[in-house]
Amino acid sequence: MLTNKRLILAHFWLAFIVFGAALVLGAWQMFVRSPLNAWHFNPEFYYRSVTAHGSAMGYVFPTLVAMGFGYAITESALEKPLIGRRWAWAGFFLVAIGAVVAMIPVSLGLASVLYTFYPPMVGNPFYYIGVVMVVVGSWIWVALMSINMAIWKRENPDKPVPLAMFANVAGSYLWGWTAVGAALEIIFQILPVALGLRSTIDAGLARVFFSWTLHAIVYFWLIPTYIAYYTIFPRAIGGRLYSDAMARISFILFVVVAMPIGVHHLFADPQVGAGFKFMHSVFTGLVALPTLLTVFTICASAEIASRLRGGHGAFGWITALPWQNPIMLATALSLVMLGFGGAGGLINMSYQLDASIHNTQWITGHFHLIFGGAIVIMYFAIAYDLWPHLTGRALESFGLMRTQLWLWFIGMIVTTFPWHYVGILGMPRRMAFYDYANPAISPQAFSVVMSAVGGFILLLSGALFLTVLIRGQWADNSEAGSYRFAIPLHMPARIPAALNSFGLWLALMIGLTVVNYGYPIAQLMVLKETNVPAVYVGAGR
Amino acid sequence: MSEQPLFSFRNSWFATSVGVTAAIAVLAALAGLIWLPLAQPDLKLSGIWDAICSAAGVPRVSSQGNAIQPDFKTSNVVMTSEMLTKPNQVSIGRGATLAQRCAICHGPQGVSDANSPNLAGQFAAVTYKELNDFKTGARVNVVMSPFAATMSDQDMLDVAAYYAYLPRVPSNNLDPKVAAPAIVTIGAPMRNVPPCGACHGDIDNKAGSPWLGGQSAVYIKAQLHAFASGSRRNDISQQMRNIARQMTSEEIDQVAHYYEAQP
Repeated sequence: MLTNKRLILAHFWLAFIVFGAALVLGAWQMFVRSPLNAWHFNPEFYYRSVTAHGSAMGYVFPTLVAMGFGYAITESALEKPLIGRRWAWAGFFLVAIGAVVAMIPVSLGLASVLYTFYPPMVGNPFYYIGVVMVVVGSWIWVALMSINMAIWKRENPDKPVPLAMFANVAGSYLWGWTAVGAALEIIFQILPVALGLRSTIDAGLARVFFSWTLHAIVYFWLIPTYIAYYTIFPRAIGGRLYSDAMARISFILFVVVAMPIGVHHLFADPQVGAGFKFMHSVFTGLVALPTLLTVFTICASAEIASRLRGGHGAFGWITALPWQNPIMLATALSLVMLGFGGAGGLINMSYQLDASIHNTQWITGHFHLIFGGAIVIMYFAIAYDLWPHLTGRALESFGLMRTQLWLWFIGMIVTTFPWHYVGILGMPRRMAFYDYANPAISPQAFSVVMSAVGGFILLLSGALFLTVLIRGQWADNSEAGSYRFAIPLHMPARIPAALNSFGLWLALMIGLTVVNYGYPIAQLMVLKETNVPAVYVGAGR
Repeated sequence: MSEQPLFSFRNSWFATSVGVTAAIAVLAALAGLIWLPLAQPDLKLSGIWDAICSAAGVPRVSSQGNAIQPDFKTSNVVMTSEMLTKPNQVSIGRGATLAQRCAICHGPQGVSDANSPNLAGQFAAVTYKELNDFKTGARVNVVMSPFAATMSDQDMLDVAAYYAYLPRVPSNNLDPKVAAPAIVTIGAPMRNVPPCGACHGDIDNKAGSPWLGGQSAVYIKAQLHAFASGSRRNDISQQMRNIARQMTSEEIDQVAHYYEAQP
């Protein structure tokens, strides 16, 4: 029962417009730093573009998708209109205005600090204020999700919270807590310097705070994808979800262990002790668990659907799956990319192996494969699945959808595999210029050209995606019926309180954060010698 | 839903999840903070508490007493971007008198063809630093060192102010047609060589970097080779030594001839 369709559509459309613009920047970046381009551009433009691409793709696009999808889940899973509609619009406008406020200084070259901020570099204060507005707007969503679930539970004391809503609230709590790290960094460290109140900054502490956000933000991006795996995919292919409880445990595990692991981004940083790096590494290993549970459950759900359709044999059932269905295709391609990306991630999280690829293009390849590949392809699937219910018009270009999804998969593989490879060869990331004439790095030139080609394939796929949605806006009216989620094989009549509430899991999440981050943060806050002079970006131009 | 209170050790979900989480955290802490540091002989830890402090990253003050002292003098001039940027007329006047003894090599107007540096229009901070380094022995030259040895700090400030005051005169080798070599405009990023122009004036000027336009090619080449061989080492934080070591002799020639032809 979707009542606030305009609200949900506004989130999705803004998300995909931002995505389209950032995709163009991404393809341009791939081109200018490849051997295809002779050296005749101002490298400052490259960093400007990287900042805009990262901020849009990292902060604005997935946040809007999670928010819009979250509202859609609230209304359709709880079967009642969203409570707090005005607040939801206020959150939307905060995100939209924040995105503009942040992008103006970036496009003027006053905040080319990249989306990870990188203190002691400090840019124009409006960039950070814009990012804070985006985060505050999304916190309104976090509060609304929690309130809507609480009111529904009070009204339905004997029913389990629907899985989609439970997972959605898990994602919102994860984001609410993980965004605190970057918020502390911006408000107490960077903004005072950007506003000229202080001239030094503790860059090490800022990096620790950012790592608090930086890793779990990926799981916040991932949650809509996992919700689609569990609650859209089995229904779309005509099957059932293998296990409702397994799904809940996966999302709970994300809430508990996705957060206190960010220091594995700081393996090469001197300001955190080796012991804490090891502890974060251990918990990073644990976060593979919910993903393995998910892969098992989703494959089992696919097998159920296939056998219902007459599939048989140990592996023969795979051919009986409805491969013509875009959701089937997107999920399969997503899982393949998740597999490769996850395997690469195991290298990153290992203290020893990381040393060989730290800060190389391997890392860029890794997070593009996971986020741009496995996650974003399911955002496409969510849009394709939800669109007819939002617009009241059918999406009929299935061939175009399949082409788009294949192109996205191929483009992402062609982009990221060579990136991983040149990373092993030692190519550093975050650089505008590589001297391919140098004999030491000329062997990387071919791989970089390949990944640039992949970038253009992705651009084409992105254009096709927007084409499908825009064509959908002009299609004939058709009633899509009420929006439903997958039914589990065994519908739980009763469910333990632990799998139906978050109190315990939030307590564990916060407790683990204190254990794993408490000492490193406290020590850096006490030490006075760790401040360094700020480097103002874009000053004096 | 369930009658049993969630936050109670009688609830198996609570007991198991809290127990497992705490057990993993404790085991990870024991391994990361005690076992692994003690397993590394290089750390030379004196006990468990020492291991914990080391692994937690508690900063330690290393003893400075047995640090190896360099066997040469290092520059003691602290360079800032504001340094000597506000000229004083009296100082310039005194500097003009003092500079009489410099004229035989550096020219009456701060420009000469003797392959010694042209000082007219040079940044005061640069001239002051070099004089100071000659005086302290951080830079050594058979001609300059004896001159600087007898100069007071005020003398050096005055001479520097005077030469900064003189207008830059185009050298006899001025040739605007000489194109800037790549090392000047983009450097050699893969060898960690920044563009010369980023500090020496074509793109930006950094405190303490001399203006190179119109300097003798022989002098520039000699200095770059001196930096590369380590016989000159009064550059701040080895900046020029690190760059010169990475430059090829063709690049050194190109740079020398390019800057000689510049105004």
